[in-house]
Amino acid sequence: MENRLTVSSSPHIRSNETTKSIMRDVTIALAPAAAFGVYNFGLRALTILVLSILTAIGTEALCQMIRKQPITIYDFSAVVTGLLLGMNLPSTVPYWIPVVGSFFAIAVVKQAFGGLGHNFINPALAARALLVASWPVQMTTWVAVKPDTQTSATVLGILKEGLDVPLPKITDMLMGTIGGCIGETSALLLLLGGLYLIYRGVISIKIPGIYIGTVAVLTLIITGFDVNLTMIHILSGGLILGAFFMATDYASSPITPKGQIIYAVGMGLLTTIIRFYGGYPEGVSYSILLMNVAAPLIDKYSKPRVFGGAK
Amino acid sequence: MGLLSFKGGIHPPHSKKSTENLAIVDFLGPKVVEIPLRQHIGAPCEATVKKGDEVKVGQLIGAAGGFVSANVHSSVSGTVLDVRKQNTAYGFDTCVVIENDEQYTKHESVTPKPDFKSLSGKEIINIIKEAGIVGMGGAGFPTHVKLSPPPEKPIDTIVLNGAECEPYLTCDHRLMLEESAMIIKGLQILMQALGVKNGVIGIESNKPDAISVMTEAAKNTDIKVVGLKTKYPQGAEKQLIFACTNRAIPSGGLPMDIGVVVNNVATAATIGNLFETGMPLIQRVCTVTGKGIKSPKNIRFRVGTPLKSLIEFCDGYNGTPGKILLGGPMMGVAQFSDELPAMKNTSGILVFSQEQAKLPEASACIKCGKCVTVCPINLEPIQISAYSMLHDYDKAAKFNALDCIECGSCSFICPAKRPLLQTIRVAKREILARRKK
Repeated sequence: MENRLTVSSSPHIRSNETTKSIMRDVTIALAPAAAFGVYNFGLRALTILVLSILTAIGTEALCQMIRKQPITIYDFSAVVTGLLLGMNLPSTVPYWIPVVGSFFAIAVVKQAFGGLGHNFINPALAARALLVASWPVQMTTWVAVKPDTQTSATVLGILKEGLDVPLPKITDMLMGTIGGCIGETSALLLLLGGLYLIYRGVISIKIPGIYIGTVAVLTLIITGFDVNLTMIHILSGGLILGAFFMATDYASSPITPKGQIIYAVGMGLLTTIIRFYGGYPEGVSYSILLMNVAAPLIDKYSKPRVFGGAK
Repeated sequence: MGLLSFKGGIHPPHSKKSTENLAIVDFLGPKVVEIPLRQHIGAPCEATVKKGDEVKVGQLIGAAGGFVSANVHSSVSGTVLDVRKQNTAYGFDTCVVIENDEQYTKHESVTPKPDFKSLSGKEIINIIKEAGIVGMGGAGFPTHVKLSPPPEKPIDTIVLNGAECEPYLTCDHRLMLEESAMIIKGLQILMQALGVKNGVIGIESNKPDAISVMTEAAKNTDIKVVGLKTKYPQGAEKQLIFACTNRAIPSGGLPMDIGVVVNNVATAATIGNLFETGMPLIQRVCTVTGKGIKSPKNIRFRVGTPLKSLIEFCDGYNGTPGKILLGGPMMGVAQFSDELPAMKNTSGILVFSQEQAKLPEASACIKCGKCVTVCPINLEPIQISAYSMLHDYDKAAKFNALDCIECGSCSFICPAKRPLLQTIRVAKREILARRKK
C-alpha cells in the first residue's frame, strides 16, 4: 500500500466536545444576562465588560509569551474569566478597576499557577475579592435601575443594615430590574443560561442544585419559614450567578461525584452563615473561594469506590 | 419492561445504519488462506500438517499447545503451500498457508454430534475443546477454559452477550435475527455442560428486532432475554453481568467468582452449529464497514482470509484509507496493513477515511471530571493518567489502575482530547511488569 495507515491506541473516536466548545458555551450562556446588564446600566456597563474581557485576553497572551507556551487565547477561557469578572462589578466602578481585576485574575490566579486547569480558585472571583478588599468604596457603589432613586444599597445590604427601605418585589428580582452588579441582577436570564449549560452537558445540575438547595433550606429554617424572604435570599447577592457559573468552574471544584456533593453543601452552609451571622451582607464569593481551596482535600477523601471493590 | 444497565458509560454515535439491515452474505474465496496458529489468548498451536499435504474443510491443522490454547482447523480444502512465520494481527506468528481448491470437501471427522441432552458436561466441554471454540466477541479466550472452573467456584448462570455496544458493528445483531435458533441451542448446550438452570441473553435496546426475535426463539425454554439500555460499554463483561444479574464481579476477580460464565452470541451460534453439523470453528461473521469502504457488508468468511480479500469483496476502499481497525472504534486494534489474515475473533473490519484517522491534538486538562463521571469501574482516569505520565506507577496503582477494563470511555469523553486510556495502559503494563520481578 502506498499510503501509510494511522496506527494508534484505542479508542478511535472522540466526542465532539472540546475545551473551546465548552468555553464558548459558557460565553453563550452568560450573554443574555450580560446583555441585559448593558440594557439596564447603559454603555458604561458595556465598556466595563469589554475592558475586562480584552484585558483578560491580552494578559493571557502576554503571560504565555513570557512562559514560552503556546498562545491559547482562542479557546475562549480568558473570555469567560473576563466576562465573569465584568459581570461581577458594579457599573459605577472607574475604568481601571476591570483592567486591574482581569490582569490579576489571569496573571496571578491562573497563569502563575500553571495556566488553564491549574487555577486552584476561581480567577474571576479571586479578582473580585481582591478588588472588594482593596477598593471597597468603588466596589460597593450601586445604581438603582428604577429612575426614582440615584443610588441604593443592594437587597442583602438593606436586610443586613436593617434599613427602612422597601424590599424589591420578587418579580423585579427575577426580571433583574434591581440594583447590583452588571450581570447578577436578572435571576431569570442567569437561570436560562444555567439550563443551557446543563442541556449542553457542560455542567450538571448537581453543584448548583445542591448549593442553592442548601441555602434555601437553611434560610427557611433561620427565617422561621418565611418563604418570601427565602426567595429574596435565593434571587439576590449573585447566588444564581455564582452557583451556576462560578462554583461549577472545573479546575477549582472537586472531580469526584461524592466530593462535589460535599463541596456544594459546604458552599451553601458558608453562604448562609456569612449572610446571617457574618460581617458582610453577602457571602457567595467567599464561600465559593473557601470551598475552592478545600477542593483538593475533599477529592482526596472522597475517592469513589471501585466497581466490585471492598465496601 | 425496564431496561437494565450499569452506572457511568457514554453514548457514542451508533453508526450502525449502513449495515444493520443487510443480511449476512457468504464469502467463499479466496484463492489462498493463511491460517494463524495463534488466534486466541494462550499458547500457540503446533502445526499438524506440512508443506505439500492435502487438507479438507474442518481438518485439524494446529493442535492446542496447552490447556489455555485452542485447536485450529482448515477452513478450506486444498494443498498446504507452506507453514511459515508471517505478520498477523497478533504479531509475527506461524501460519498454515493453504491453496483453496474451491471444492470445500468436508473432512471425515466432520459429522453431527450426538444429542447434547444425552451427553455429560465433560463430554460436551471436550467436544467444544476439540472444535477450537474461542470467545468470538473479540478477546478470543478459549471457551473450554471458561467452562472448566475449579470445583470451589460453582456456576449457576450463563449470560450470553448480545449487547454489541461497539459502534459500527452489526454482525451479532444480524446473527441474532438470522440464526436465533442456533444461538438458543448453543446456550442450551452451554447450560447442559455446566449443569446450569439460568440462561440470560442481554441485548441493547437499539436492536428491538433482535430482542423480539430472540424472545420468540427462547419461548418454551427457561432462557430469559433481557433488554439493556443502549450505552457503551454495556457489553463489557462486568457491566453486562451487573445489568443482567445485579451481581458485581469483585475487583481483580473473574465472572466465575460470582457464579457466572459469559459468552458471546456468536460463540453460542458456533457451538450450536458444531453439534448440528460437526463443523469446528472455521468461519464466522464480521462487519466490514466505515467511511473508507465502498459497500459495507456483514460477511461470513473462512478463517485465514486476508483482510484485503474481504475489503475487495466490499468493492474496495472508498478513497485512500486512513486507518484499518479490527473490531469496533472503541476497543478495536489499529492495523498497519491489510495483508493480514482475518481470524476467529475478527468481529469487524472498520476502515476510516484519512480525515477520520486524524489524531486530535491534546491540550491541557481542564479538570472537568467527566472521565470520572463516565468510568464504568468508578476509577479516576485523570489521576492514573497524570501519575502515569510522571512515571509514578506506584501512585497509579494506588488509584486502582489495574481495575481498568480499557473500554476507552474516558478518552472518548475528554474535551481536552488527552490520551487517557493510552497512558493508563502504560501504567498497567509497568505495574504488572514490576510485580513479576
